[in-house]
Amino acid sequence: MSKKIPMVKVYILGEGFDVPEGSTIINALEYSGFQLTVGVGCREGFCGACGTLYREKGDYKLQAGLACQTVVTDGMNIAQIPFVPAEKPVYDINKLDPDIEAFKVLYPTLFRCVGCNTCTKICPQDIEVMDYVQALIRGDIERAADLSFDCIRCGLCALRCPAEIVQYNAAILARRLTGRYLMPKSPDLENRVKEITEGLFEEELEKLEKSKKETIKKRYYDRDIKTA
Amino acid sequence: MYPKYMRESIKKVEKTRPERLKLARSGKSIFPMMSAEEREQVLNNFHPDYKKDARKKVRIGPNKGEKITTEVVNQLEAYSRIKPEYFNLKHPDYETDVLVIGAGSAGFSAALLAAENGADVLLVTKLRIGDSNSMMAQGGIQAAVRPDDNPVLHYLDVMGGGHFDNKPDLVKALVSEAPDAIHWLQELGVMFDRNEDGTMLTKPGGGTCRPRMHSARDYTGAAICRTIRDEVMNRPDQIKILEHQPAVELIKDDKGNTAGAVLYHLENKNYYTVKAKATIITTGGFGRLHVKGFETTNHYGATADGLVVAYRAGANLLYMDSVQYHPTGAVYPPQILGFLCTEKLRGLGAQPVNKDGDLFVHPLEPRDIEASAFIRECIERNKGIETPAGQVGIWLDSPLIEKLSGAGTIKKNLPAMLRQFERFDVDITKDPILVYPTLHYQNGGIEINDHCESQVSGLFVAGEAAGGIHGRNRLMGNSQLDLIVFGRRAGIYAAEYAKKVKLGKLSLVHIIDYDKEVEKIGVDKKHISPMVLPDYTPESVKKRQHTTEYKGTLR
Repeated sequence: MSKKIPMVKVYILGEGFDVPEGSTIINALEYSGFQLTVGVGCREGFCGACGTLYREKGDYKLQAGLACQTVVTDGMNIAQIPFVPAEKPVYDINKLDPDIEAFKVLYPTLFRCVGCNTCTKICPQDIEVMDYVQALIRGDIERAADLSFDCIRCGLCALRCPAEIVQYNAAILARRLTGRYLMPKSPDLENRVKEITEGLFEEELEKLEKSKKETIKKRYYDRDIKTA
Repeated sequence: MYPKYMRESIKKVEKTRPERLKLARSGKSIFPMMSAEEREQVLNNFHPDYKKDARKKVRIGPNKGEKITTEVVNQLEAYSRIKPEYFNLKHPDYETDVLVIGAGSAGFSAALLAAENGADVLLVTKLRIGDSNSMMAQGGIQAAVRPDDNPVLHYLDVMGGGHFDNKPDLVKALVSEAPDAIHWLQELGVMFDRNEDGTMLTKPGGGTCRPRMHSARDYTGAAICRTIRDEVMNRPDQIKILEHQPAVELIKDDKGNTAGAVLYHLENKNYYTVKAKATIITTGGFGRLHVKGFETTNHYGATADGLVVAYRAGANLLYMDSVQYHPTGAVYPPQILGFLCTEKLRGLGAQPVNKDGDLFVHPLEPRDIEASAFIRECIERNKGIETPAGQVGIWLDSPLIEKLSGAGTIKKNLPAMLRQFERFDVDITKDPILVYPTLHYQNGGIEINDHCESQVSGLFVAGEAAGGIHGRNRLMGNSQLDLIVFGRRAGIYAAEYAKKVKLGKLSLVHIIDYDKEVEKIGVDKKHISPMVLPDYTPESVKKRQHTTEYKGTLR
C-alpha cells in the first residue's frame, strides 16, 4: 500500500522546499538536506536549543516556536536562532538574600520593563513572562519562580525585549532563591542526612554488600510494599 | 485528535474506568505483581534484548569475545575519525587539571566538585551546555528520606530492579548518599515539590517498595540540570566551558595514563588538543544508535561517543548487552513518536489498559518487565491499537489521575506532559495516551569502582556512561540520582588524582594500535566512530550530493 503523502512548501533561508505535511520544523530541515549541528538538542521540547522565528503565508507577523515542537504550514518562512549571547551575571547564592535587592544589583534592566508583553507573546512555552518580570519588580520572588517554572532557556524573550531585559536568567535566579531560601525545609530530610552521617545504616548496608545473591533475592521478594 | 476508529476503543476504556477507579481507591493492588518465574518468562519471550540478533560477539578490545548489543559492537569495531600523525602533542591547545567531557547533570556535578577541591576544570560538550538527557528527565529522583523508608530498602529495590547483577559497592554509595544529594540540590536552589507540612512530596515509581520519588513538577531533570548549570556558570574563574566541541579521542601518555582528549569543533571543523591530568567522561548514553530500529527518548547527541573513546583507550565495558526500553513512549500523534511519557503518570495513578479497556499488568513493575508485558499484549495477544501510520500501542489511562486526585492535578503535577500533547490537540486530562516501549537508557557502560575510576589510570566516568550501578535494568529516579552521586564523586577523586599524577610524554599510539586491530578483522574503511551525530539526511538528498564526502555520519 503506497499512499502518497501530501506535501507543503516551506522557505528555509528564503529558498522553497517541498516537505511532507505534518512535519515539525526540525523534520522539515532534515528532509530538505540540512544536517544540523546547532539549533538542535533534545528534540522533545525540554532543552530550548531550537528556538526558531517564522512567518506564515500572507502574514506580516514574526512568530516563534521550538523547531522540534512546531508543525510547518504551507508557505512558512523559517529562520533558526540557535543561541542568544545574553549577559549572565555571576553571583554567590550563599551571599544573596531572597529579596528585591538581589535583582536591583544583578538585573537592573528588569526595572526598565515597559509592559509591552512582547516576551509573553513570543514564549514557546506560553509562560506569562511579563507577569513574572512584574512580580520581580514588586519583589515577589516566589511568584516569579512559580510563573517561570517551565522556562527552557531558549532566549527568545530576551531577543525581542525592547528594554534589553534578560528575563530567563533573572528567572533562574528567582527559582534558585526560592528553592534555597523561601520553600520550607523538610525536617525528615535534615534528620535522614544526620542519621546517615552518624552511620546509622552503615552496618546493615555493609552486611548486604557482602551477602550472597540468594540472600538478597529472598529479602527482596519478601519486602513489604507501600504505595502511599 | 484521535481518528474515529481509535475513538471506538477509547469508549471501551471509558466504560471500564469507573470499575478501575473503584479498585484504585480501594487501596488494594490493582493487578497482581509478577513472581520471579513470571518475570523471567515475559522477559525471555518479549524483551527486545532476548531476540536472536540483538547481541553479537565483539572481536577486539578489552571485552573481546563477549556478546554485546549489536549496534554498540558496530561502533566499537570501527576506525578512528582522526589521523594521529597530524597532531603535535607537544603544544596542546588547552591545558587543565581536570577535563570533563559532557555537560549534563553528571558533568556539572563533577565540574563543581572538582573545582571545589582545588582543580582547574575544562568542561567540553557536543551541543550547548545542558542540552542533554539530564534536562529531559521528567518523573523524579529517588532518595530514602521518609521516616518509613531507609537506604537499606532502597538498596534492595535497586538490586531487585537490576536482576541482582549490580555492583554492590556502587549500590551502597548510591543509596547512602541519596539524601545528601537531595540536600545539596536543595541548597543550590532546586525547587522540589513539598507537602503542605513542608516535608518532601514523594511518589512511588516502578519497582520501589516505598514512595521515594522526589520531583519538581514533571520538569525534575530540567529543574536539577538548569540549577547546577547556573552554578557552573557562576564560576568562570575555575570552570572554562567549550560548546559544540565533542571529544573524538582520548590522549594518553607514554606511561599509559589518560592525559586529555582531542576535540572536534562541529562548526569550524578544527581539531583541538587538551592536555589534562585527569579526565572525566560524562557523555551519557546511546539512544541515537536506534537499537533494533526503535524510536528513542534521547537527545540528538546520544551516540555513545564516550564509550567508544574509552574502549579504544583500554577501558572495559560492563552490561553492554542490556538496553532499557521505557514502557511508555508516545505512539500517537506521529510528530511525537517515541517521546517520553513520564513514569510519574503511572505513579500518580494512570493505568495501562488494552484496546478493550482491560488491565493486563500492574502499572508499576520494573521497567523491563512492564515494557515486555506491553509488547506481549500487542504482539502475542493482539490487544493493541494500531495507528493510521501502522504503529501499535496500548492505552495509558491518564484521565484517571484527575478522577483519583481531583481536577487540575495534571496541570499542577504534569505541566510538561499536558503541554506536549496539547501542542498536537490531545487533551490528556480527558483522553488516554497511546504508548509503546521506546529506547530509553543504556543500563551498562564503562565499568567503574566506587571512586568512579575506570580500568585506565586517570580516566573517571559518571552518569549514564558508567556501568555497574544499575545492573541490567535501572529503576525510575535512580538515574537522576546517580548523575549527582557519582558526578560529585568523580569530581572529588579526579581532583585528588590530578594533584598527584606526573604525566609523561603525550601520545596517540593507542589509536594507531586499535586501528590496526580493526583492519585485521576486515572492517570496511568507511566505518568511523564515534558517530558524534546521527544522520537523518534522506537518500534522495544524498543522491544529489555528488562531491560531498561523509566521514561516518558527518558530512
